Amino acid sequence: MITIGNYVKPKSLEEAYELNQARSSRVMGGMMWMRLGNARVKTVIDLSGLGLDQIEDEGNVIRIGAMCTLRQIEQCEALKDLCGDGIAECVRHIVGVQFRNQATIGGSIYGRFGFSDVLTAFLALDTFVELYDGGTIRLSEFVNRKPDKDILLSVIVRKSKRKFRYASIRQTKTDFPVIACSVVTGMVHGKETWYFSVGARPMKAALLEKQWEIPADASEAMIADYAGQAASEFTYGSNMRGSAEYRRHLAEVLIRREMTSILAEER
Amino acid sequence: MEIQFTLNKKQVTAEVGADTVLLGVLRDLGCKSVKCGCETTNCGLCTVWIDGRSRLSCSVLAAGIDGHEVTTLEGVEEEAAEFGRFLAAEGGEQCGFCSPGFIMNVLAMKRELEDPDLEEIKEYLAGNLCRCTGYMSQLRAIRKYMAVQKENSGKEAQV
Amino acid sequence: MSVTEERKNMRVVNHAVPKVDAEALVTGKAVYTNDLAPADCLIVKIIRSPHAHALIKEINTARAEAVPGIECILTYKDCPDKRFTMAGQTYPEPSPYDRLILDQRMRFVGDAAAIVAGTSEEAVKKAMKLVKIKYEVLEPVLDFRKAKDNPILVHPEDNWKSLCPVGADNKRNLCAHDVSESGDIEAVLEECDYVIDRIYHTKANQQAMMETFRTYSYLDTYGRLNVVSSTQVPFHVRRILANALDIPKSRVRVIKPRIGGGFGAKQTSVSEVYPALVTWKTGKPAKIIYTREESLIASSPRHEMEMHVRLGADKEGHIRGIDLYTLSNTGAFGEHGPTTVGLSGHKSIPLYGKAEAFRFTYDVVYTNVMSAGAYRGYGATQGIFAVESAVNELAQVLGMDPTVLREMNMVREGDVMPAYYGEQTQSCALDRCLARAKEMIGWDDKYPCRDMGNGKVRGVGVAMAMQGSGISSVDTGSVAIKVNDDGFYSLMIGATDMGTGCDTILSQMAAECLDCDIKDIIVHGVDTDISPYDCGSYASSTTYVTGMAVVRTCEALIGKICERGAEYLGCPVEDVEFNGAEVVNLKTGESITRKEIGNRVMCFNNEALSASEAFSSPVSPPPFMAGIAEVEIDKETGVVEMVDYAAVVDCGTVVNPSLARVQTEGGIAQGIGMALFEDIVYSPKGKNYSNSFMQYKIPSRLDVGNIRVEFESSYEPTGPFGAKSIGEIVINTPSPAIANAIQNAVGVTIRELPMTAEKVYKGMREKAENR
Repeated sequence: MITIGNYVKPKSLEEAYELNQARSSRVMGGMMWMRLGNARVKTVIDLSGLGLDQIEDEGNVIRIGAMCTLRQIEQCEALKDLCGDGIAECVRHIVGVQFRNQATIGGSIYGRFGFSDVLTAFLALDTFVELYDGGTIRLSEFVNRKPDKDILLSVIVRKSKRKFRYASIRQTKTDFPVIACSVVTGMVHGKETWYFSVGARPMKAALLEKQWEIPADASEAMIADYAGQAASEFTYGSNMRGSAEYRRHLAEVLIRREMTSILAEER
Repeated sequence: MEIQFTLNKKQVTAEVGADTVLLGVLRDLGCKSVKCGCETTNCGLCTVWIDGRSRLSCSVLAAGIDGHEVTTLEGVEEEAAEFGRFLAAEGGEQCGFCSPGFIMNVLAMKRELEDPDLEEIKEYLAGNLCRCTGYMSQLRAIRKYMAVQKENSGKEAQV
Repeated sequence: MSVTEERKNMRVVNHAVPKVDAEALVTGKAVYTNDLAPADCLIVKIIRSPHAHALIKEINTARAEAVPGIECILTYKDCPDKRFTMAGQTYPEPSPYDRLILDQRMRFVGDAAAIVAGTSEEAVKKAMKLVKIKYEVLEPVLDFRKAKDNPILVHPEDNWKSLCPVGADNKRNLCAHDVSESGDIEAVLEECDYVIDRIYHTKANQQAMMETFRTYSYLDTYGRLNVVSSTQVPFHVRRILANALDIPKSRVRVIKPRIGGGFGAKQTSVSEVYPALVTWKTGKPAKIIYTREESLIASSPRHEMEMHVRLGADKEGHIRGIDLYTLSNTGAFGEHGPTTVGLSGHKSIPLYGKAEAFRFTYDVVYTNVMSAGAYRGYGATQGIFAVESAVNELAQVLGMDPTVLREMNMVREGDVMPAYYGEQTQSCALDRCLARAKEMIGWDDKYPCRDMGNGKVRGVGVAMAMQGSGISSVDTGSVAIKVNDDGFYSLMIGATDMGTGCDTILSQMAAECLDCDIKDIIVHGVDTDISPYDCGSYASSTTYVTGMAVVRTCEALIGKICERGAEYLGCPVEDVEFNGAEVVNLKTGESITRKEIGNRVMCFNNEALSASEAFSSPVSPPPFMAGIAEVEIDKETGVVEMVDYAAVVDCGTVVNPSLARVQTEGGIAQGIGMALFEDIVYSPKGKNYSNSFMQYKIPSRLDVGNIRVEFESSYEPTGPFGAKSIGEIVINTPSPAIANAIQNAVGVTIRELPMTAEKVYKGMREKAENR
């Protein structure tokens, strides 16, 4: 378990950032995963007093404060309007209501955990992260950055007419996923674009972007071909929950189902 | 550091370390209903309410509770006993060790969801593990309890 | 009076009485071990071996001892060099005496290397990091198939000792070995038209009771060691502690408060010795609370078993012979090793009573993984998975409905069971159980499978099971009841309520016998200083064995109440009758109330108004059950979803229908976990990866589907009110029934648990490739 020297609840973001520059300081989210590690942290910085716990619909974007709980995301009408049921689907399997009342989106995204459903889902969407020092950058860029001393303030989803699907396979219903897949499609710069995000491979989610024009009445075989191609462009590994080979197969199946579901909606 | 918070409607003070979790603090303050079952947020035994929402006291830093409101089973004893009678009628408490955390979440569900169906009930309570009962008796108890609650509130509405 | 009428006339037994401790439990009262421990207890923790096999060369405790608040750090040098077993079994224990409290040799990752005790958790944790241990790392034996006669010995020591003739030999890594047979199995199999020859593998499983292992201890006024512990076996713990500490048994007292679940885990004395040693050395109160991680890496899980079944039948499906070889992995120590394995054959082969011959052979081997122990089902679960799966494979080969095959071959009332010590079934409603389970699930419409048209297929699968009711000619339960002022009764039992409700059902039986309200009876948790002897709550013994002791005690007590009533009424005892409330002179109609008798015996009285009787049975009547699983399988991913589980149990008279039902539902849910999810995974070096509830996944309420339970009761003439056991049998059907449902749905036979989606998927793919 973690050992902590000091607990600080800063009054301003500036103070939080300053405190976090010390090598042994850590920003806490819901304290779900951080607590389980064996880190010796000198100062833990709790952002809960800084108003980062709101989801705001700002017209063009939905801004999710880093300290919003997964339960808030699950129940958010604005996200549901934008993305459909996929957003609730990507969190509702995570342990239980009590857990989701506590775990934060900031913790999920900043942690860049391999098993993260949340990261897998938001990565496929048109998502940005707002950092205190680093400004606003694409989540797809952030996900591959090494953890540094910046502070994640919010997760921003840009509104556009995109279709979103999320699915995962788990051993027990509330376990970590064996595989998690998210598919998004929409017009980007006038081109039909498909985004595929696969997480729990068991490595962290990665994003694949394809300019594929797939007719709404595409045959099952054609969709399967696309799905196979998408799934084959990710790497997979083995652990207690499944082999690389099985994961690859599952990714292909889930991607195909999600594509099929999106295309069926377009018909 | 010293923290002050509301525990079951009473102001309390506790001296805690930076990494002390709420669970132990609550037990030291006499709330022995709060149990630890896993330390990894998986079992739901340590469920309490913080500002009215179900949380896992095994992973809440006590330091962060300063100024907040915490409710344990001791704080809703009458309501717990009332639901508990339905649970006991089904034999659904069995060893009883997971009952306090489970009951806290049942009562939270009662406050949050209106007339939940079976699947909603199961999903809401999925984070409360029980190794004794196989869960069926708990569902029977919840449905009977909720039916009676509904009937009673219907009667009140008529009056 | 017919059995049905007799049951109808029961006022308390056969009724769904809430548990006597329910109110305290549902309002979260402080009734468990850690709730009761004094605040000034020393905190005891264990430093555990990081190596699967090693010798401690050096332990340096100096720096750790200097940490403020540290009371003592104990190593193998501080412990008696006298081996004992932690198995909670009747003396002389079949489990070998192969343990020391702390040993120089480490036998698994997690084995106890040193004990640290101090005034606070922080101090102890700090000190633990400062204890420096040098290990000589040795090569471990990790594959149980290679353990027997391996040159690497888990227990090379000369003071290893086996008290019973179980075929153990520590110089061969052998914890037990035996062969039993009836008829000429080879000749019979030779003649059979079909012989199913298969190997099945069940893994170690964790009981995962919600309350981990925990104990506190203190010295009392008389300088005796008092131990309060979450245990199923308080009287055995008294002996184990006396053995471990090498002190007289009279110096030890064990008290059992409420227990947060056991399922057999607490039939091994996992945690008691550590605080007991600290208290004995320091004179101070001490407690140990196992973390969930410790409970998952250094506890007492189910024995992993590999079973080779040869099942022979003729063309019509008559099962003619069963040959079973079981290889059981007892891990680092032999707790329950020699006994669990026996049930893998003795509780599976007799289900098919018509067979002409059987042979049952086993080896139990030591390896360098966590020691196994007792888990609900106790070997029967493993054996039944193997034999029932083989029967289902036979049905497939014969092209027969597996329920029809069973109807043809199953054991019936009055049959003699050669593989079950030659016992005859005096009560058996297995045929009715299977018939009813088929109706409940709608077998005839659903067998073998239905394609749901959405890429999913639903299959149904069946299994039967039996267990025992106590260990015949061994298990002993005694009970005492005394009459108090105002006539209320104290029921004193040594049987251990571990949450399943024996305090309640034994009170029900007493209330039925004594013709009173259950509220007139108070029941006391176990205290070895006060309670009458009972071997404890395991082996499905309490309802049957201790229940009979209650019946006998009540009979004796009623005689004494009548005597006393007659004396106070001034008439011969032959003239009176006790109706529960009063003793009545049948000739005059005069009467004296129980209340008055209770009060009068407290003045100028020379004979205590109490009775105590014991019971032990030469037979162990098996309960029976049939379980039918309906699963839905995703044909592309192999994901198995539980849809429905119909179970029908014959436990004789159901003493408390709601508690029996919940026991059954709970056992089935555990069985579903075993079948589909639960696995203890080790690294190639023997480190246990399944060390938290994040990695060892027990079913949540979303994973078990719908579980439906009914009872088809026979009447067991040797049991209390016709009752048999219920506690263990209920875990035995899910694994084989679900395996069969998968087989019937997608044609894939899985012979190794757990049956993960990936295994189903691989099976489907291989099948498609072979087409």
